Amino acid sequence: MADRPLRIVIAKAGLDGHDRGAKVIARALRDAGMEVIYTGLFQTPEQIVQTAIQEDADGIGLSILSGAHMTLFPLVVEQLRSQDASDIVFFGGGTIPAEDARRLKELGVREIFTPGAPLQEIIDFVERECGKRRALAS
Amino acid sequence: MALREPRDRPKIIDRPAGRWARKGPGAGALDRTISDVPLKTVYGPADVAGLNLPEPGEYPYTRGIHRNGYRDRLWTMRQFAGFGTAAQTNERYHFLLEHGQHGLSVAFDMPTLMGYDSDALQARGEVGKCGVAIDSLADMEILFDGIDMGDITTSMTINGPACIALAQYVAAAEKKGISRAKLGGTIQADILKEYIAQKEWIFPPRPHMRIIVDMIAFCTREMPKWNTISISGYHIREAGSTAAQELAFTLADGFAYVEACMAAGMDVDEFAPRLSFFFNSHIDFFEEIAKFRAARRIWGKHLREKYGARNPRSWQLRFHTQTAGCSATAQQPENNIVRVAYEAMAAVLGGTQSLHTNSMDEVLALPTEKSVEIALRTQQVLAYETNVTNVVDPLGGSYFVEALTDEMERQAEAYFAQIADYGGVIEAIEAGFFQREIAEASYRYQRSIETHDRIIVGVNAFAHEEAEPIDLLKITEETERAQARAVQDVRANRDADAAARSLERLQAACRDPKDNLMPHLIDCVNAYCTEGEIVEAMAAVYGRYTERAVL
Amino acid sequence: MDVLREFEQHNPRALARAISRAEAGRGGELVRALYAKAGRATTVGLTGPPGVGKSTLASALVRDARARGKRVGVVSVDPSSPFSHGALLGDRIRLAEHFTDDAVFIRSMASRGHLGGLAGATADAVLLMDAFGFDLVLIETVGVGQSEVAIAELAQTTIVALQPGSGDSIQVLKAGIMEIADIFVVNKADHPMADQLRREIRSMMEMQHWSGWVPELVATQALEGKGIDELVAAIERHALYLNETGELERRRRDAFTHQVRQLALGRMERRLDRALEAQPRNGLDPYEAADRIVTELGLDG
Repeated sequence: MADRPLRIVIAKAGLDGHDRGAKVIARALRDAGMEVIYTGLFQTPEQIVQTAIQEDADGIGLSILSGAHMTLFPLVVEQLRSQDASDIVFFGGGTIPAEDARRLKELGVREIFTPGAPLQEIIDFVERECGKRRALAS
Repeated sequence: MALREPRDRPKIIDRPAGRWARKGPGAGALDRTISDVPLKTVYGPADVAGLNLPEPGEYPYTRGIHRNGYRDRLWTMRQFAGFGTAAQTNERYHFLLEHGQHGLSVAFDMPTLMGYDSDALQARGEVGKCGVAIDSLADMEILFDGIDMGDITTSMTINGPACIALAQYVAAAEKKGISRAKLGGTIQADILKEYIAQKEWIFPPRPHMRIIVDMIAFCTREMPKWNTISISGYHIREAGSTAAQELAFTLADGFAYVEACMAAGMDVDEFAPRLSFFFNSHIDFFEEIAKFRAARRIWGKHLREKYGARNPRSWQLRFHTQTAGCSATAQQPENNIVRVAYEAMAAVLGGTQSLHTNSMDEVLALPTEKSVEIALRTQQVLAYETNVTNVVDPLGGSYFVEALTDEMERQAEAYFAQIADYGGVIEAIEAGFFQREIAEASYRYQRSIETHDRIIVGVNAFAHEEAEPIDLLKITEETERAQARAVQDVRANRDADAAARSLERLQAACRDPKDNLMPHLIDCVNAYCTEGEIVEAMAAVYGRYTERAVL
Repeated sequence: MDVLREFEQHNPRALARAISRAEAGRGGELVRALYAKAGRATTVGLTGPPGVGKSTLASALVRDARARGKRVGVVSVDPSSPFSHGALLGDRIRLAEHFTDDAVFIRSMASRGHLGGLAGATADAVLLMDAFGFDLVLIETVGVGQSEVAIAELAQTTIVALQPGSGDSIQVLKAGIMEIADIFVVNKADHPMADQLRREIRSMMEMQHWSGWVPELVATQALEGKGIDELVAAIERHALYLNETGELERRRRDAFTHQVRQLALGRMERRLDRALEAQPRNGLDPYEAADRIVTELGLDG
């Protein structure tokens, strides 16, 4: 349904304050016509998932640059599951080695974008995947 | 290996110069520096009309603070290192010192930087990842085990809880019988740039300024060889600022500290000689050199003319440089070795006092021993083979470099005026001014890469089809568990009453602006209070900072 | 998901989806089914120019309400991008401490791109939160323009937040904000220019004629939690005034009439547009054309 824009939560988890990437992605998605809810820094997985639920988000994009990705990404997946919200498209980015990215995708993270990923690729991914979810939901 | 051509612009490989050469002035990215400063094709005498260059070692030090440049003294090669537990990092330090490094530079992990102990909920997944976990004096003692703290100099990159780390360093040295007066080094302690860019804050800006003034006063009195604060543009640049913003915001922070100390009744010549700076060296070669030169000139002029400093040491801006982490790419990481070499040379031609060269794999993970060694060798080649060290400020008098230096200064002054309109740095932080300027600049930059106005080799041009894996250093979950157990042992085995009493006295000092916090902090540390406990006690008085969203 | 059934079973995801439908201009069915359950919540509007600390004030009000066991809904309206239909909604950040509190529900809304209009979508969102069982619904908007005034009219009590030393705040005062404010908050009251702002507000108030409620002026430092008790007390006094004078009923009636008017107007406009599009009416003078179309649509008399 295209009667309202896609809604995407862009989140920073853990203790790392490097929000340059998150903010650039947030702006790019905004300019692509989406409504982007930015959580701010230092969010826990629980906070991120609650935000996505209350905001009826189509997707969650999580940025982690501190190396804590193997802890925090799975916690978000777990929270989504326990809140019966696994339909929300969960993707992420950061300094994540290829091997870790593979493991995270096996765990249920839909896509991992590493530094240098073109913005357009991210926008296309979000439009495609979240669009599919919308079509299913309504 | 198949080469992939740049997206939508396959011509670049066919005729690498064509697209760029055809462009007229002001039309595309190559006509501008990486920070959007327009460039002419050629510069001449008209661009530097009225240029009046001082000699090297002369006010306002555009050409450097030493008359003989690197002939008298090479820059300090200082590689930032820290990961895992104190014992693991201690081993790396011994390795670096054996390989000819001059000083140590401590990288702390995120929980330590944010004031949490390793067993805190907030620390999960983060212990030892970005640096070393230091929870208490016990860890600091292990970190410097077998290292003569009176002989080496140490740089500690920590800001929110810097006062605690300094207290731990002093206490660790004194336990070895080395007096605090003998300790040489630097602690970053630059909280303003945390609110502006790096976001590793704990307390709100106003109370934190008091902590900094206390640290500066303490070091001035008791640690004559210690550089009290390292005012940092590095993280401002990493957050996506332009060169001019890095320059302007960093110096503005410096002026704010000067004003705070003067307002607390200190004489500017008492503390200014031991303020130091920390800049980023990005890939736009000449712009970076111009930025370093402009920084010296602006600082010199303001300290002398505006703040009335009389000691020439107060006028001299000394700085450490690190090559730009944000210029490194995850794709074809070996290319980063080349980038780092250019960036390091810019820093040296700009007259840096010390230098950290990034390892090629830092964009992927913590650096391996091998990549750290290459990074250090890069500096050694620069110092001992290229011969760039023999002539001071070799680019001084270049029409282009002088014009760009002037332009940097002009842009910085324009920013100072804007900051003054807000009422000062803290007010501008609260209004989100810096954060907005940086967010705009980083988005513009990212867009220019998207549109291929700017080429990043291996990323949006000359990319490989598939990435070749390189070896990475991993920190295990076991590190986190071990460190959490260690801090719990410290809490269990100390004199609990002494710890509690020291924290109470610290809190009382927090409420009394006339009482210097540092001696109380050293007491707490000696009583084996953990960092998390000390921060908790201080936050009970000062509160914790939260940022308003600036997007 | 059967949104209505899940809503009645108190599933927060259903509330979230219901609000999305309202935003898309498809909230009618749900509102019809849930209308009878609404009307119990206290509604408070909070507006003011950017940067005065509205979100911090909102967070402090939420904290206070939670301390007294109340369940709280927050609708936070952020400006949209003027260049695209996209929006960056970042006002939640100040409310982060309440994110995992089950009894607090926060929803951000963009100020553009609502088929039923922003005021309509907000009204539905407030009604849905009310029907869901929240005791207090806070409506937070940025800036003070036409649409903010319309939103303020949704709330029983409207707070206008200003800060000293800001040109925006003075502009807001001059732009005729007097009429909508039930309570003025001077936030960041430790600022050296706070007294001056207070004087300006007072002198502007003196130029007005008041019958009934005279807006109160409260000084706060929301970050430090100072002045929040006074603000809550002022809100309670206003609520008491509304109840005792029958003003509450009048406001509700007005708001109801206003919304009915908006909804009806929207439908009529769409009919009118369709009719005009179908038959351009060349060759007629505009008066004649208008007469005819009104007659055709059965709206004359």
